[in-house]
Amino acid sequence: MTVHSLTASQLSVGYGDTEILHELDLAVPPGKVTVIVGANACGKSTLLRAMSRLLSPHRGHVLLDGKSIHRTPPRELARTLGLLPQSPIAPEGITVADLVSRGRHPHQSLFSRWTRKDDEAVDDALAATKTSDLAERPVDELSGGQRQRVWIAMALAQQTEILLLDEPTTFLDISHQVEVLDLLTDLNHSRGTTVVMVLHDLNLAARYADHLVAMADGRIHVSGTAENVLTEENVRRVFGLESRIIADPTSGRPIMLPISRHRMVMKQDLKESRP
Amino acid sequence: MLSPTLDRIIGSRRRRARRHVLVVAILLVLVVVIFALTLSLGQSFTRPGDVVRVLLGENVPGASFAVGQLRLPRAMLAMLAGLSFGLGGAAFQIMLRNPLASPDIIGISWGASAAAAFAIVVLSLKGPIVSIFAVGGGMGIALLVYALSSRNGAAGTRLILVGIGVSAMLESFIAYILSQAPAWTLQEAVRWLTGSVNGAQLGQALPLLMAFTVFGALLLSRTRDLEALRLGDDTAAALGVDVARTRIMIIVAAVGMIATATAVTGPIAFVAFLSGPIAARIVGNRGSLLIPSALIGAMLVLSGDYVGQFLLPSRYPVGVVTGALGAPYLMFLIVRANRTGSSL
Repeated sequence: MTVHSLTASQLSVGYGDTEILHELDLAVPPGKVTVIVGANACGKSTLLRAMSRLLSPHRGHVLLDGKSIHRTPPRELARTLGLLPQSPIAPEGITVADLVSRGRHPHQSLFSRWTRKDDEAVDDALAATKTSDLAERPVDELSGGQRQRVWIAMALAQQTEILLLDEPTTFLDISHQVEVLDLLTDLNHSRGTTVVMVLHDLNLAARYADHLVAMADGRIHVSGTAENVLTEENVRRVFGLESRIIADPTSGRPIMLPISRHRMVMKQDLKESRP
Repeated sequence: MLSPTLDRIIGSRRRRARRHVLVVAILLVLVVVIFALTLSLGQSFTRPGDVVRVLLGENVPGASFAVGQLRLPRAMLAMLAGLSFGLGGAAFQIMLRNPLASPDIIGISWGASAAAAFAIVVLSLKGPIVSIFAVGGGMGIALLVYALSSRNGAAGTRLILVGIGVSAMLESFIAYILSQAPAWTLQEAVRWLTGSVNGAQLGQALPLLMAFTVFGALLLSRTRDLEALRLGDDTAAALGVDVARTRIMIIVAAVGMIATATAVTGPIAFVAFLSGPIAARIVGNRGSLLIPSALIGAMLVLSGDYVGQFLLPSRYPVGVVTGALGAPYLMFLIVRANRTGSSL
């Protein structure tokens, strides 16, 4: 698999007169899992939308292999760069296989016919997300976790080497969150797909990220390995929260424990740590 | 590698496609049958053989006038207007993912009707120039509604509410024009307020046929992009659809065909609004709703006009009949949207 590079350089993006991202630079490591975290309204989703051509930059560029994605024809871009938005809409009554087949859109044109290759891509995407048994079921009847796997299957059928996901675990219970993140990690390992996603949960982010990006106020505050990024100091700066970081006994990755005003058994310790 | 799932996927995709073709074929046959029936049934019955002979240009005493001069122009106009309203309406509903977003609810048909009424009644214009006025009026209102409702990007519910307000304004504007006109007639009033194919002439069908062919081809060429838009604007963009460009093309094509039809028949009430949802019920998830919606539109206008002429105690224009069908469905949609608390 060829490896594509996706970078943002001096990127400023906003809605109307309000600027959300300020001269932001980001290089997505190819073939790795990048996770973007940050407080509400820090510009995480805006960054993802700008990186996938959904928003046009005020200034700066998003470059795919050195070429501005806003100068690339949309269909061509959609064969390399996929995006699963936060709340996609399933048309009433659509079946799983039909929905997943919509991922083939950028591979077809007005006059090209549906080929065996397209069917194979759908089959492959269903198998990878373990949704083959659901193929004939209407999407409306599925559980939240199943539905999210089906949407990921649609993005997989698109067969892009880079996949962006905007909070793919929202509205899922914890077991389904882990299931979806394991699935995305599988894809990264088995196909070398570059994954970039926004996550809310810091501990899951630290567990699954090869490259962790912490944003604050439309800028990248810090990025790097989970161990370097998820520190008490950074949590305080990015989220305004006091915390303890310990090592997860099962994964070895850092875990953030928030310090609250109540239910504290080590009050002494907390007082000392406050400036 | 032969996967059993692959066979199932291919099988169900082909089955869906076959059933879609079958549904379209059945609807097409129904349109032809209803068209033929309206040619041979009227105040008096004309034998099918005589109808065919009239159509082939023969002079059949007792049939040539009724079929050739009265029924054929009427049926042609009804069919073409129905096709245009059905296709244009469904395109809007699919694009905006809302059955209430049809051009007759959000004011576009009223814009076309007001402009046509103004051109004919006040400026005393005739012929193709009226269609140009209507298309201009429809486009203008589409732009206005879009501009008024698109603050902060989000459209949806606001677009529909703004459209309903604009519709009410235009409706009273039409009533005002008609009351000011020197040659005020009930016929004209009915045409521009509810839609009618009374007094149809065969020559009027030509601009409709041309607009439907050109704009219809443009719309149908965007079928796949429209299908992608059903997944949401962001998802469609991620799948490689140029959302802004596709939207402009669809608006131009849908407004073009609807306004051209409105310039001749007036805004035949609720046909654009009803055709898509009826087609959706019949087609289900088997494929695109565009062609089925057009055919349903043709059926609604053809049969609505027949019912209005012959099956009611007195003669009503087609818009009264389709309006009586559409109003309850509109109420149903609004009640359901209120109950579920969704954004319509």
